[in-house]
Amino acid sequence: MNRLSTYFYKRPALVTLLLLSIPMLYMLVVYLGSLFALLLNSFYYLEEFTGLVVKEFTLSTYAQLFKPTNLGIFGRTAGMAMAVTIMDALIAFPLAYYIAKFASPRLRTYLYIAVTLPLWSSYLVRVYAWKLILSKEGILSWFVHLFHLDSALDILLALPGVGGSSLSLSPIGMFIAFCYIWLPYMIVPIQTALERVPKSLLEASSDLGAKPSQTFRNVILPLAFPGVIAGSIFTFSLTLGDFIVPQSLGNSRFFIGQAVYSHQGTSGNIPLAAAFTMGPVVIMVVYLLIARKLGAFDAL
Amino acid sequence: MTNSAIRFDKVSRYFGDVKAVDAVDLEIQDGEFFSMLGPSGSGKTTCLRMIAGFDRPTSGSIHLYGQEVSDLPPYDRDVNTVFQDYALFPHMTIGDNIAYGLMIKRVPKAERAKRVDEMLDLVQLAGFAARKPSQLSGGQRQRVALARALINHPKVLLLDEPLGALDLKLRQQMQVELKSIQKRVGITFIFVTHDQEEALTMSDRIAVFNQGKIEQIGSPSDVYERPASSFVAGFVGTSNLVSGEVAKRITGSDQKFSIRPEKIHLGSASNVLTETMYKANGTVRDVIYLGLYTRYLVSLDDGGDLVVIEQNLKTTSMDVLKARDQKVVLFWEKDHISRVGG
Repeated sequence: MNRLSTYFYKRPALVTLLLLSIPMLYMLVVYLGSLFALLLNSFYYLEEFTGLVVKEFTLSTYAQLFKPTNLGIFGRTAGMAMAVTIMDALIAFPLAYYIAKFASPRLRTYLYIAVTLPLWSSYLVRVYAWKLILSKEGILSWFVHLFHLDSALDILLALPGVGGSSLSLSPIGMFIAFCYIWLPYMIVPIQTALERVPKSLLEASSDLGAKPSQTFRNVILPLAFPGVIAGSIFTFSLTLGDFIVPQSLGNSRFFIGQAVYSHQGTSGNIPLAAAFTMGPVVIMVVYLLIARKLGAFDAL
Repeated sequence: MTNSAIRFDKVSRYFGDVKAVDAVDLEIQDGEFFSMLGPSGSGKTTCLRMIAGFDRPTSGSIHLYGQEVSDLPPYDRDVNTVFQDYALFPHMTIGDNIAYGLMIKRVPKAERAKRVDEMLDLVQLAGFAARKPSQLSGGQRQRVALARALINHPKVLLLDEPLGALDLKLRQQMQVELKSIQKRVGITFIFVTHDQEEALTMSDRIAVFNQGKIEQIGSPSDVYERPASSFVAGFVGTSNLVSGEVAKRITGSDQKFSIRPEKIHLGSASNVLTETMYKANGTVRDVIYLGLYTRYLVSLDDGGDLVVIEQNLKTTSMDVLKARDQKVVLFWEKDHISRVGG
């Protein structure tokens, strides 16, 4: 045993190799490999008559993405992802700030558990729970009725584009469910970022004459921004790729996830499904480039 | 009244049941270099934080140049702080860090840049404005923190153990520099430290804190030569404390007294003593040669030990080590003892 540890002690490079070989192998084969397979498939096309995939290089599958209906799917999904991200950031920030800077260590632990507790239960169960909550006879409608807000709800549901016959059948309901489901992924990174800001920095700012609002703008926000971006990457990309929520809630209009699901499933159009999947990848790359431009990673 | 920069009236700060600061009265003069000295948890930092406004007294009042400030938030007080961890904003350049206070006050950009340059000159960091804090050494960050506070021309500058993280050489250099900067800008400096040497080097006056109370306030020589309590005698420098029967044999009174090791002479029976001296007989138990001086541990015939320090003016290590187990007579000027309570 002793000999072995000495052997490794003298060969740090070997230790690194041993540590990284399995995860690297996994990353290369399973992760990047499947991404590459995806990319490859997106350049094939489906023969209309035979319904078979032709393994020849073509851009025609990508051209199909630019049909108005498909562009609509991208726009709708990206719009929803953006709205969910902004709303989650607005909800998460104050809570994360409280947890990181004001809560006692004990309370912090409880709040941290409370934030992540929903992740312990099945995602499907939570989506169906929201379906019930938001349905016409659901508990939310009951509360709305209790507070005599029925007319306000009717106005909301009458809004063109986002309304519907009930909350569970409208994009608004979908938005609510998405915000709820991805919220922990926004809170935790922001909280982590804020915890890394020493209290003395806030005191220094205040000591130098800054009112709380100025301290927030000049010190807290810039230092927590990488956390917000990290959280937004989760909320944004998870919303982009999800197909359960749009299928369970909302109206019949497709989101990217549903499009991928149906193209690879019933219609067997693997190339188009693959091309659809490349959409979120491109959107995320653009998103990250913008984030970098905004200086999101400067403080890392 | 008008020239008192800070006044504490019966200021207390409790954290739950813990009396961090316990009914402290204190007056700090305008333009003074004032040190708060004490072990950790003695209440000195809490006092500083209450002056800055980061903490509020549980009871009592704090006046800043005659104005009651106990209820003012930090951003409405004309004091600035140099933090222990420097607290430089990591996402800003050195220039922006130093200009922060001026930016908040909406001072025009051109004037801001000019004053930042002046400050960088003052702390000998000219040309560093464009760097980030992470690119600076500890000593340089410390200077930036100082510049960032001084640029606002505060009435009082608070320094919370600012030299604690520096190595010895740099610390000694910064001690001299801080003192000279204070003389140049003429601002009241309040310096919190647990390092008695630092306090003795720089201060006009020192307050020695222990368990939330001030044990003694005085000039460095007062605190060193005339410690008011056995705590002060032990904390500021090293001291021999003699009490009870032994004290009575030496001085004729059983009141506890302290005597500094360097004030004691090591001699033999042949030394002729004057009326102005106390003496004690003993045996050298241990000799520690420390280059500049030698420390002797002497057991008194009447019981108890005394530490004696003698400079190695003529002696070498070979000479001093011979003293071990020798019978000696210790003597010192009666003036040099301090009667201490407690």
